[in-house]
Amino acid sequence: MKLAYYPGCTLKTKARNLEDSALAALKALSIEVKELDRWNCCGAVFSLADDDLIHHIAPVRNLIRAQEEGCEGILTLCSQCYNTLARAHNLMIDDEEKRDTINRFMDEEPDYKGEVQVIHYLTYLRDHVGWDALREKVKTPLRDLRVAPFYGCSLLRPDDVAIEKDPTILEEFLSALGAQTVSLTEARECCGSYQSLANPDAEQQRLGKIFGAVNRSGANAIALSCPMCEYNLGRQQHQLLEQNANLTATPTYYFTQLLAVALGIEAGVCHFDLNGKPAFELLKEKSYIVSAAS
Amino acid sequence: MTQVPIFNPIASQDKATLEKIALISGQDIYQCMQCGTCSSVCPMVETMGMTTRQGIHLLQFGKTAAVMDARIGELCASCHSCMVRCPRGIDVAKVYDAVRQLTLRENINLIDLNEIPKETLTDAPQIAFVSSFRKLTS
Repeated sequence: MKLAYYPGCTLKTKARNLEDSALAALKALSIEVKELDRWNCCGAVFSLADDDLIHHIAPVRNLIRAQEEGCEGILTLCSQCYNTLARAHNLMIDDEEKRDTINRFMDEEPDYKGEVQVIHYLTYLRDHVGWDALREKVKTPLRDLRVAPFYGCSLLRPDDVAIEKDPTILEEFLSALGAQTVSLTEARECCGSYQSLANPDAEQQRLGKIFGAVNRSGANAIALSCPMCEYNLGRQQHQLLEQNANLTATPTYYFTQLLAVALGIEAGVCHFDLNGKPAFELLKEKSYIVSAAS
Repeated sequence: MTQVPIFNPIASQDKATLEKIALISGQDIYQCMQCGTCSSVCPMVETMGMTTRQGIHLLQFGKTAAVMDARIGELCASCHSCMVRCPRGIDVAKVYDAVRQLTLRENINLIDLNEIPKETLTDAPQIAFVSSFRKLTS
């Protein structure tokens, strides 16, 4: 299957730790992917208003780029990109009237035929590598790590774009890396998403609930795939802890960073500095880190 | 012949607003049977002025201003927890997105860039800004 890799707006800067670790891991698994030429931001959120078609242009244009390159699939890492692209793809298949309007509006572009499958990195790993094969490639099993998988909302809802209906994919992935997984009651819920900018108090309330659940689960790490979740749960965590003395800090990681570490990839690629100091220190303490010098 | 007055509980102005909500959302709020499932799964409900169930109930009676005051549309994170669980098949997130659109389409922004702390402006990822401006600006 010919795939185009779609990074999205955040992965080249604030979430370099997600992109670089993911691409290094693919290389270690002998998988080659080519970045989509002339990609643009997907818009981050799928437009819900029935009379608003203009905001579907951005994701559909990316699908057209992949179609032009003769790709059967577009590979995404960011959960919000996955959600927006997959829903735009479904809209173009399911709604003939809207598809025609969008195609006519972009008259400088070829029509989107609805043949580019939107695939998330996790499902790609499961379907094209397989958990058993991945387990065999692991050089540093993350044995003492008790990880809380955090799916968030964009990978799971609505149902027609869910990467799994009753998801266990993150748990299976983490088990393949040798980590222990804990059951997290908030794992499939929303982190509060973009509300952290406009309504930070509401966001903090949301985070309080999530971290209460994380602490009760006994996890010493959180694994996720969305830069929005990482910002809220990871980078905003210090504010929450300052206001709630009863909560314990728990480092957050992109699932691809844990993958890269388990595959024995040099730690510099994972940019742990972007996750905050405790994230790197925990892995170092567990002796999982391979540095360039060693 | 004497015309018998018909009792119409929804004022014509509110009726027009409800029609707009139906048009923008594509949802029939009168399908709601008030089970409250949407409120029970909403991650943001505690910060709203009323529950999502109460909001739909008020909308059914044309009380759109009260629902706007409760900031449900504004605080909804569009996570679709309600939508996947609604036994009546209502996409509740779309309903409240339409309520939010009513404000935005009056050229009123629901986020002010000047009020975002400098630290957040430097630290937050691009998708936080793109999502916020897409959802909360006109």
